[in-house]
Amino acid sequence: MKYEMVVGLEVHVELATKTKIFCSCTTEFGGEPNTHCCPICTGMPGVLPVLNEKVVEFAVAVGLATNCDITPYGKFDRKNYFYPDLPKAYQVSQLYLPICRNGYLEIEGEGFQKKIGIHEIHMEEDAGKLIHDPIFDATLADYNRCGVPLIEIVSEPDFRSAAEVIAYLENLKSILQYLGVSDCKMQEGSLRADINLSVRPEGQEEFGTRTEMKNMNSFRAIARAIESERKRQIEVLEDGGKVIQQTRRWDDNAGKSTAMRSKEDAQDYRYFPEPDLAPVVISDEWKESIRRSLPMLPKERKEQYIEKYGLSQYDAGIIVGIKALADYFEEVNHICDNPKEVANWLLGDFMRLAKEGEEDSFNLLLDAAKLADIINMVRDGVINRNTAKKVFAEVWHDNLDPKAYVEEHNLAMVGDDNLIKDAVMKVLENHPKTVEEYKGGKEKVLGFLVGQCMKELKGKADPGTVNQLLREMLNQ
Amino acid sequence: MKVTDELIDYVSSLARLSLSDDEKAKIKDEISKIIDYMDILNQVDTADVEPMSHVLPVTNVFRKDEVVPSYDRDAILANAPDSDEGAFRVPKTVE
Amino acid sequence: MQTYQMTPLELGAKIKAKEIGVEELTAYYLNRIDAVDSDVSAFLRAEKEYAMKEAAEVQTKIDHGTLDSPLAGVPYGIKDNICTLGLETTCASKILSGFQPPYDATLVTKLKENGNVILGKTNMDEFAMGSTTETSYDGITKNPWDLSHVPGGSSGGSAAAVAGREVPFAIGSDTGGSIRQPASYCGVTGMKPTYGTVSRFGLIAYGSSLDQMGPVAPTAKDCAAILDLIMGKDPKDSTSMGMDGTMMDTIDDGAKGLKIGIPTSYFGDGLDGEVKDHVLAAAKLLADHGAEVEEFDLAMVEYAVPAYYIIASAEASSNLSRYDGVKYGYRSEDAEGLRDLYLKTRTEGFGSEVKKRIMLGAFALSSGYYDAYYNKALQVKALIKKSFDEAFAKYDVILGPVAPATAPKIGDSLKDPLKMYLSDIYTVSVNLAGLPGISLPCGFDGNGLPIGVQMIGNAFHDAIVLRAANAYQQLTDFHKQIPEIAMKGAE
Repeated sequence: MKYEMVVGLEVHVELATKTKIFCSCTTEFGGEPNTHCCPICTGMPGVLPVLNEKVVEFAVAVGLATNCDITPYGKFDRKNYFYPDLPKAYQVSQLYLPICRNGYLEIEGEGFQKKIGIHEIHMEEDAGKLIHDPIFDATLADYNRCGVPLIEIVSEPDFRSAAEVIAYLENLKSILQYLGVSDCKMQEGSLRADINLSVRPEGQEEFGTRTEMKNMNSFRAIARAIESERKRQIEVLEDGGKVIQQTRRWDDNAGKSTAMRSKEDAQDYRYFPEPDLAPVVISDEWKESIRRSLPMLPKERKEQYIEKYGLSQYDAGIIVGIKALADYFEEVNHICDNPKEVANWLLGDFMRLAKEGEEDSFNLLLDAAKLADIINMVRDGVINRNTAKKVFAEVWHDNLDPKAYVEEHNLAMVGDDNLIKDAVMKVLENHPKTVEEYKGGKEKVLGFLVGQCMKELKGKADPGTVNQLLREMLNQ
Repeated sequence: MKVTDELIDYVSSLARLSLSDDEKAKIKDEISKIIDYMDILNQVDTADVEPMSHVLPVTNVFRKDEVVPSYDRDAILANAPDSDEGAFRVPKTVE
Repeated sequence: MQTYQMTPLELGAKIKAKEIGVEELTAYYLNRIDAVDSDVSAFLRAEKEYAMKEAAEVQTKIDHGTLDSPLAGVPYGIKDNICTLGLETTCASKILSGFQPPYDATLVTKLKENGNVILGKTNMDEFAMGSTTETSYDGITKNPWDLSHVPGGSSGGSAAAVAGREVPFAIGSDTGGSIRQPASYCGVTGMKPTYGTVSRFGLIAYGSSLDQMGPVAPTAKDCAAILDLIMGKDPKDSTSMGMDGTMMDTIDDGAKGLKIGIPTSYFGDGLDGEVKDHVLAAAKLLADHGAEVEEFDLAMVEYAVPAYYIIASAEASSNLSRYDGVKYGYRSEDAEGLRDLYLKTRTEGFGSEVKKRIMLGAFALSSGYYDAYYNKALQVKALIKKSFDEAFAKYDVILGPVAPATAPKIGDSLKDPLKMYLSDIYTVSVNLAGLPGISLPCGFDGNGLPIGVQMIGNAFHDAIVLRAANAYQQLTDFHKQIPEIAMKGAE
């Protein structure tokens, strides 16, 4: 039997505010345990939350960028459960009136182009971190992360393949980065996606029983987890079994998932309106002022790159897909005003070097102005393209000054035609046989001679000039 | 409505309370009476009534996104029954 | 006149006039606590060292002329569910034993800034759940008028301490009547202000949408002066609101012209005859002095108690979840594993009334019952608010009883919990609707126990409630009566 997979996503995004959602402690990542804490985020008796305005603005911005309706009158609710990473024993979240609803994102890739529905976006607080204490075989609770603002973006079950999921996540991630609302570092947990997945016989309308998968910390892991869970569920059904509704934990090293030990209690979160927080009213004026302040989003920027800069669809897509890269592109181009040339540079070795290191990381080690210098040196004939590539590889890592490097290593092209002529003469003298061959009509030996000239000039000449002078002298 | 033993067990488990049999019997009896009494609310027609969670017309109370130094860790941990390495210590969590 | 017979405002004037020093006065009341509290047990902990140190600092400030409050230098007692920096704060519960908050409640900060010194923490029903102060983990408080009777609750310690003149005034909290009812039972004046006008920051939550702190003092005028110090919008409390004007501005405007409504449904079955007579007499006295008094029909009265207990318990079930033995307070010592730690800590740490309300609340919020109970109660709350809105379109003040009877004997109330809940009938709707309400003495029953009258105002009309109460006290001297036991501390 053929099966169709149905996937929905719950994406948790840590917002890049300076302070926590309900208190003024820093949201900075890491820190010694319990040093970014106060009585509010550690749930001491008698304290009260006060909402960080920036969190609302960020959530609305994401809602607008993902075509959502913004809820004009929203509230917070308490989600009650006991766990040591949750000091109040309830999480302040939004169930009944989330801030954004009913949006969508467009995705495209090989063999698909579709809209993915966004059911809702709600604001909530993050929980703390639990660390195993091997000496006492106990657990240590660190509340630094408690109260860091999150938005949860809940999609409709609109995905039919892992490729669609990845395309959506890449699109979403780049939107979030363009908005500046999150750094989206999966390794640090600032972007986390849970997968709801079910399979059903092709043609069947009714959804199958779904499982929820957690603990993937890269897009690659997400794709693998989806594929693994799809196969697992189909196998269960093929063997005549039933898929059990459960939460599973992905182990990327093992390449498989295991069912999380079902909690001893039913999941009955007893949501109710948070009495300690006032409702959030978003007027049309406020909404429109947030809309006006939205930066240019990836889709728009891509169109601009194609139309204004003449980049190809493909090149524009790649550059725009990584906000840091697009910003870098703009900066370099601002100096050297040569978009196609800049794009060529960025999509070559540059890309490989920038992606070195941890997965999902993108490190721009060389100042944009310095790359512009390299490009301009080529344009001005100071160095040739090959030298430029070598210089780039040398200066990248330590952000060296390419101009100084060229000077120090004496790499500037020989601009004096007489010097080049001397070199040509020398080569012609040393290779009389080849010269004869050329004169006998074997024109392709010219390349060899050019190469010998370049070698003589230590590469520091414009190959075109060498070519031209060589021909002139041979034809004399 | 009828308050059953199962309901009492369920609710005490949700609330992380474990009652002795005596205590359970007493609480069940009292809760039954109270819930019975609460059922008089069914006499009130609330078909078109918006539930009122907040009694005062206060909306949009915000804080600026400005960092205030956190508390000393010692003050945060001072009341903890058990702490170690700057963290609250609890029995091992599952998983 | 003996010092303890003076009101807080009179004491404040004496301090200002340098007729008495702050340290002298503080020591005087600490001695009174020693003398009277062995019988009354209003205090969980007197904080002598702390009080004397604070008193010295306040005196310095007064000497430097940096304090201008009419109550500067007057010491007070505070209910044990209000956080005090460095002073144990337990809500009279085992589960918070030893808890020392690293912060002051905003109210405490404000009083500190105005030169008021805490003498100690007063007893209460555990987590403010109760009407008698008998559910306290640390033992019962007695009614200074008759030691075999309860002082009421949950702010029984605060009311008894003022009645026994162990303190010039005290702070209580009122979720469903917990200031007004014990004030009534103890023959003192207690005010629950409009919800949101006194910051809840630092008040350990019971029912967050209902909780409000307020003063307990000998007179309404003292209450007004105290409220002027503690009210105001607080950036730490999202539900707090500021108000224009002060409570003292109109306090002496008298009864003339006040429109007073008497809800007939407050005077039906279940109201003790003596209480009824005294409360109606109070209305008549005000009418005799120029108030317009008329009876009216206040709708929804019978639904207030069930709606209140659903909402308060539901919020409490969530608010009290944080007591789990991890961060502060009591932790069971023989737990095996995390779940067992939660179960044992909470089971051993909470008293039975608290457990019952937590369970009731968890039930009302649980899957399958939310709509029928919690949501229904929120709808009924909206209707109760509406019926008060209609009443306040016609009246400045609603006048009625505080409780169906005078203070019961110790041990009687807990035998029939439902009856105890029902005795909150006249007070809980005020909390549901967020209104200001005051309780003040209006007579004594045949056994010599005080009777209170309640005056309720529209939201943010606290000043008119205080004005009405003060007008009544200008015409009567019930508030000047002091129980015999208070003589113990007089030498």
